[in-house]
Amino acid sequence: MKRRDFVKKTTLSSFATLIGAEVVFGSKLMEGYTPVALQDPDPFKLFNKHKEMIVLNNKPWNIEAQAHLLDDKITPNSSMFVRNNGLVPENIDAKKWTLTIDGESVKNKKVYTLNELKTKFSHHTYQLTLECGGNGRSEFDPPAKGNQWTVGAVHCASWTGVRLRDVLEDAGIKSNAVYIGFHAVDQHLSMDPSKEAISRGCPISKAVQDETLLAFKMNGEDIPLVHGYPLRLVAGGWPASVSGKWVNRISIRDIVHDGAKMTGTAYRVPCETVAPGQKVKDENMCIIESMPVKSLITYPKSGAIIKKGKVLNIRGHAWAGELEVTKIEYSIDFGSTWTECNIEKPANRLAWQHFSASIDFPKTGYYEVWARATDSNNKAQPMILPGWNPKGYLNNACHRIAVKVK
Amino acid sequence: MDKEPSFNSQVKNIYHLLMVLFLLFIISGGSLIYYANNPEAFSFKKETSNLVAVSLEEDSDRIENGIHIRTGLIEAEGLMTVVNNCTNCHSAKLVTQNRMDADGWNTTIKWMQETQNLWDLGGNHEIIVNYLVTNYPPVKKGRRMILTNVEWYELEE
Repeated sequence: MKRRDFVKKTTLSSFATLIGAEVVFGSKLMEGYTPVALQDPDPFKLFNKHKEMIVLNNKPWNIEAQAHLLDDKITPNSSMFVRNNGLVPENIDAKKWTLTIDGESVKNKKVYTLNELKTKFSHHTYQLTLECGGNGRSEFDPPAKGNQWTVGAVHCASWTGVRLRDVLEDAGIKSNAVYIGFHAVDQHLSMDPSKEAISRGCPISKAVQDETLLAFKMNGEDIPLVHGYPLRLVAGGWPASVSGKWVNRISIRDIVHDGAKMTGTAYRVPCETVAPGQKVKDENMCIIESMPVKSLITYPKSGAIIKKGKVLNIRGHAWAGELEVTKIEYSIDFGSTWTECNIEKPANRLAWQHFSASIDFPKTGYYEVWARATDSNNKAQPMILPGWNPKGYLNNACHRIAVKVK
Repeated sequence: MDKEPSFNSQVKNIYHLLMVLFLLFIISGGSLIYYANNPEAFSFKKETSNLVAVSLEEDSDRIENGIHIRTGLIEAEGLMTVVNNCTNCHSAKLVTQNRMDADGWNTTIKWMQETQNLWDLGGNHEIIVNYLVTNYPPVKKGRRMILTNVEWYELEE
């Protein structure tokens, strides 16, 4: 009897297991079921980005940080915004990588391997603030075309490389040189090989600054692919589009460089200020150079609720393009009164500066903490939007966070 | 004396039978446990993924709650003309995050045709611009907007 019972049970259970197996198999199918439309690669894994980064565009990749993700003094890769004009290159072989120096104003056209660059020239490390020219574009009214950056298209990482000046001088700069223009390997979105995704540059005076690097390391490691591996031009304090990624050629030009995104309205603002919405002819648009004074409250995250009687410690960073930040203040009454924050000296020229303050709130209620930085030319951030421009660049209006005291 | 060996051999036979059954039980039980822990082990992946792909093709233009799921574009007159002409080079996110009037969209299209290899849109031009100004018109923001979408949280220090 007992044996028969046993057999019966095992038979039943194996049937059950069989059915179970079918169900398991079915559920496995569901797990593997990924709609074709969602099969885009996961940018957070692909680029090692913090899960709270905001994807503005996935072709080309454009991803921004939120203010509280930028709290580190030196921005880690995980919080660095991504701004691409073309397609991220694939299959890069650093061993075969070369950099060509050419152009109308080069004395001797030269080609360097990456290894030659690293061994022939001395290495330098700087913390450099790179902010997208269009950071803050989303606030302009009438709206401006392009990726609608809010506050997070800025970072200050530590870059290591050789000075662009040393390399340019090794090839020789003719006296009629005006500008440098970079060329890179990223493909144009249309995949048209005759088109460059972006080829910008800067005047010779910026190119020969101590801090203008041909970088091969970021935060002490190989530059992540999406940020320009294996070689990136880094020109702190200027629109980040000057800091070309995946650079394989730099031309010393006898004219203002006329590559992709140098001409027309790209990275340009009206030479004369205009009324909101006004049409501006291309010839009346001027190239953006140094970025304006700006700051960001990176702690606490907007939305903090604190108890009455508690002090709120705030901190953040301030930067001013080619200049230094001399003062930063906060206001909790929409600009009626301002109180100075502590501000540190920059780690080096063109690095952002860290500020902090402790705030007492007089009574319970809804508050906004506004921060306002002033540069060494005594120019402060505006509380409202700065001058409207057709492409929505250079919004350096004060940053603010919401706080409730209860 | 005669009975003894035959009884012994019967016991032996039963013993062998039981051993075989026991071994079978161990083997099948073991594999079941193994399967339960590693469901992948006995499946044939290739076939299943083919099956999945077929059912998907039909769904690539699925609309849910008025949104074209694949692109995120609003379902309205001209949707597929926009999908077919405006999402080849760049993602639809570049469309959906922008707000422009007809003049602005026209200028943008002209710029893409002059510099970005966008083709002549012919009769589709008007359909596309109408779709865009209807579904993605400018929003008044003034000189500074109020803070919205604040996620409140208790700050512990």
